[in-house]
Amino acid sequence: MNSENTFIIDGMPIPFEPDQTVLQAALKAGVFIPHLCFYPGLRPNGNCKLCTVIINGRHTSACTALARSGIEVENNTPVLDDKRRLLLQMLFVEGNHFCPSCEKSGNCQLQALAYDLEMMTPHFNHFFPSRKVDTSHPEAFLDLNRCVNCGLCVQASREVDKKNIFALSGRGRASHIVINTPSGKLGDSDFALSDKAASVCPVGAILPKRGSFAVPIGQRIYDKLPISSQTEFLMTRKT
Amino acid sequence: MFELENAKTTQGLRRIAIDPVSRVEGHGKVTLLLDEQNRIHQARLHIVEFRGFEVFIKGRPYWEVPVTVQRLCGICPISHHLAACKAMDAIIGAKQLTPTAEKLRHLMHYGQIVQSHALHFYHLASPDLLLGFDSEAAQRNIVGVAMKYPDIAKQGILIRKYGQEIIHHVAGKRIHGTGAIPGGVNKALTAAERDELKKDLPQLIEWVQGGIELVQRFFETNPSFFDSFGLFESNMMGMVREDGALDLYHGDLRVKDAKGKPIFDRFNYETYPQVLREEVRPWSYMKFPYIEKLGSENGWYKVGPLARLQTCDFIPSPLAEAARKNMLAIGNGQPVHSTLSYHWARIIEALHGLEVIQSLLDDPDLLGTDLTVKGERQEEGIGVIEAPRGVLIHHYKVNEDDQVTMCNLIVSTTHNNQAMNTAIRSVATQHLDRRVISEGLLNHIECAIRAYDPCLSCATHALGEMPLQVELIDAEGQRLSLLCRDSNGQFHTSDVYG
Repeated sequence: MNSENTFIIDGMPIPFEPDQTVLQAALKAGVFIPHLCFYPGLRPNGNCKLCTVIINGRHTSACTALARSGIEVENNTPVLDDKRRLLLQMLFVEGNHFCPSCEKSGNCQLQALAYDLEMMTPHFNHFFPSRKVDTSHPEAFLDLNRCVNCGLCVQASREVDKKNIFALSGRGRASHIVINTPSGKLGDSDFALSDKAASVCPVGAILPKRGSFAVPIGQRIYDKLPISSQTEFLMTRKT
Repeated sequence: MFELENAKTTQGLRRIAIDPVSRVEGHGKVTLLLDEQNRIHQARLHIVEFRGFEVFIKGRPYWEVPVTVQRLCGICPISHHLAACKAMDAIIGAKQLTPTAEKLRHLMHYGQIVQSHALHFYHLASPDLLLGFDSEAAQRNIVGVAMKYPDIAKQGILIRKYGQEIIHHVAGKRIHGTGAIPGGVNKALTAAERDELKKDLPQLIEWVQGGIELVQRFFETNPSFFDSFGLFESNMMGMVREDGALDLYHGDLRVKDAKGKPIFDRFNYETYPQVLREEVRPWSYMKFPYIEKLGSENGWYKVGPLARLQTCDFIPSPLAEAARKNMLAIGNGQPVHSTLSYHWARIIEALHGLEVIQSLLDDPDLLGTDLTVKGERQEEGIGVIEAPRGVLIHHYKVNEDDQVTMCNLIVSTTHNNQAMNTAIRSVATQHLDRRVISEGLLNHIECAIRAYDPCLSCATHALGEMPLQVELIDAEGQRLSLLCRDSNGQFHTSDVYG
């Protein structure tokens, strides 16, 4: 292994290619770093902060930090996992995540991370926000109760689909996804199920209609293995 | 209107509350009003919790409904899951499911019947039957049964486990799975899973037959008590298939009067809104359904195992049918109405469930892989099933954007509301009236409720539509005004009232 193209995560040498981020190189090497808003093929944007690691003593988002020779990365540590768990708890209480009846259960990255990081309770008081369900599109529906504002749909629609259907509006706690149509409804946009934006949502905020619960329990993505053991899938997934 | 429902006056009466009623699903309480001579003036079963499913399901996509509404209950979620799915089959126009899907749903449902009936009979009811209605309260539970009758307790646990295993294989989880989807099921059964389920069946059938013999012995040993405990006569409603046989998954509804004569030989359950009405009484969160043409005073009925075994012409499985005939013989040609016969009928149904499961596991269709169908989209769907506790009605309307706009659920325990209230009044009159009230005597009241295996949490699902009454009372106790919300959500007021 060429030491010029390796860095260290938790004492383990990780090879990397030019322009790869720490997260990309780690996943390719089979090392899991928790994350929500990274999706292969889309530009990393450092929104969710779950991939926060310590690089040479400084807290940094692994999805935006370029891999460099010789850097030392702390990832799988109790202190970092405590902070990630805290972030997850805040995401859970900020939205309305009813896993028991959510059709994304078993395929949901947020839920899978919560299991993997052993989040046992929400800890904080739930906000129980009042959010919209947009069922106006004939093929897909938008349930903002489950949205974690990761921005992947915004990015995919803008950069891959070239449609610019989704946008983040508002600031701070009030930020939320909006649809770029005069009515604000998905049904009035040219959104299609074949769009990249239709398949990147890590939670169940954008889903195809009428196909739900088709995959039985036991055969869903994260039923088979915990998310931390699915680095190859996370790095190569296309849908 | 009903004897002991409303005391003429509450002044000078002593109130006894059994709160909570134990060994039932959900939270309920019983209140008794007695005078100085311990004469009972009023007895009521109250449900003290409420849920919100009929309201918060509104606006949700219809395909979520079968998975969401099963959370009404942890004991019989499959019943809600399947009733909702039958309604959603109608919504998507799936008139005829594939044979495999139909049979896998049957398997799931009869697994549910077996596990729920076993839970009720062995875990909840057997402590009363085996240890005595007024035995020591601290021992009167499944642990007490396990200490004194370890074999029976173990059998009960394993019978229930078997039902749960069936559900696990078909729905993916023992509780709150996702097996049924609109238009079919999402999972085929493998040969290995089927073979595993076949393995234990003969032993289980033998154990359940032992349970039936056990109940029969109780009735034979002490007929005067068992035949008359909580006795009252009422109409009965249950599901029957085309040839009049008992069917717990699909069929028409049949209603018979207390003497066994048909009120409705059969009616399509989709016409239930024309046949049934629900009455609201100010003292209960739970409504009181009745047959409209008979009125609320005469049109109430009971549902569940005892009603089902007497509304059907026969049980389509040999061992259970023989047991049914044996049980009905105690009526000497008349319908059996004794409250404790519910336990007998329930354990016979558990046997029937195992026999159905046995025939399904021998059916090659069960291992098919053609699992779903579609049809022409409809706006309204009604699904009815015989849940372990009786007729369960799910009714939905869905808009063109696929969102639920209306949900009405009439669950088994609600159908039995008047019957349970009548049963506790019968027991109160028989066993408590003019006697020094003891814990053991109060347990007699609970035994009457337990016989119905009520699921009180299922029965109070109507947050937002429940009847409410707010009174403004002055310092002298005089009512100045009254604000009422009816069951249809309408408000009306009355000033300077009373």
